Amino acid sequence: MPTFVYMTRCDGCGHCVDICPSDIMHIDKTYRRAYNIEPSMCWECYSCVKACPQHAIDVRGYADFAPLGHSVRVHRDEERGTIAWRIKFRNGTEKNFLSPITTKPWGTAIPKLADVPGPSKEMRDGHLLYNEPKYIRMDDGGLHTLKAAGLKLKKGVYY
Amino acid sequence: MFTSNPFAELSASIPPAVMQAYVVLMIVLVAAGTLFDVVHKRSARYFFDSWRRSQGTGAKQLGGGELASIAAKTAVVDVLASGEFCNPRRRIAHLLGMYGFVIYVVATALLIFRYPTPATPAPGILALSWWIGALMICVGGYWFWFFIRVDVAAEGRPPLRLMRADLFVLSLLASATLGLVWAYLQLRGASGAGLFFALYIVATTVLFAGVPWSKFAHMFFKPAAAFEKRVAEANGTAENLPTQTRNDPAQQQRHSMELLRDAPMNMGLGIKREAPRHY
Repeated sequence: MPTFVYMTRCDGCGHCVDICPSDIMHIDKTYRRAYNIEPSMCWECYSCVKACPQHAIDVRGYADFAPLGHSVRVHRDEERGTIAWRIKFRNGTEKNFLSPITTKPWGTAIPKLADVPGPSKEMRDGHLLYNEPKYIRMDDGGLHTLKAAGLKLKKGVYY
Repeated sequence: MFTSNPFAELSASIPPAVMQAYVVLMIVLVAAGTLFDVVHKRSARYFFDSWRRSQGTGAKQLGGGELASIAAKTAVVDVLASGEFCNPRRRIAHLLGMYGFVIYVVATALLIFRYPTPATPAPGILALSWWIGALMICVGGYWFWFFIRVDVAAEGRPPLRLMRADLFVLSLLASATLGLVWAYLQLRGASGAGLFFALYIVATTVLFAGVPWSKFAHMFFKPAAAFEKRVAEANGTAENLPTQTRNDPAQQQRHSMELLRDAPMNMGLGIKREAPRHY
């Protein structure tokens, strides 16, 4: 499902060029608008779709499973800290989703890694990764397993 | 110095009727080029087709008053204030270029049609506005050309690499720059004024005759696209974009939004804290 650009919406700002992990969003030589130079290499990460301030980028479904009439569009609202999806099915069903993408103002919760003391020789030789005992709470009475928590894994899907 | 009318001085060597015929020819070329562009790219057909499609998808019907208010908002925000630009530098450069171009073209037409000879002296402010308009084009245009243009800023290309997308901005810049140089040389009585006048005419002809191959026509289709976007937002179709936002109190109470219950409504800028130039 490669991306494509609505040429009347795009203003050639370059955010998609900057963010594309495959480097396939480029600027057209005739109209100075963004376009996907290699649709077959696009893996639909939606990075450019979410980054586009003009909502000029959309994703096209392959004709065998999404022939016309459907739509999956997204609005990444940085100011409000949310991401919203609107999905329209070909039979007219519509689904809307709204989820948080940050809980603190942008840039206020960046870990100050420069202030963290470097690892000792013992830590370097150990099998634990950075922050591991603390983050997976192994120091808090060993591994937290289902059994330790008095839970049991059941068959099937439960919500 | 900048209150002199360069076209009145020129009338000694070129009859005003010829200059007026040239201006009319340029207007005809723009009209014909735009029509050809609209037919060739089917942009008008695309616009009306998507309009008709949005009318048939359960959209809210908008009244005449609402449409008029949307049209007024489009004219004031999107057209007069270049409101669609997100990058403030691009917006300022565009405003300089746009108003410079309008002032330059209107002043040129008025000077040539109303005050074509030294016997009909032009008001100082009108001649001055010709110079100021051309200078505004140069400031906005060269700023855009060397620093803001996306293939320089985001794609990392050298600023002097030319491509067809540059036809409009380059011919506009050449017209304004060569016009200023010619008018200055003519004013000082310096040699070379004739050469620069010939180059000025070439650049201006390319600007107005190149409409089908340049992005000159954006001044017609961009306002139409901005109007269509505002109508889609107002009638609820929003071009299939999500319409749910955190501003809605019902959304704030939903379980998945509880993490944001105490968060500020403005989280500031995220990825847009940095300009897109990480090529």
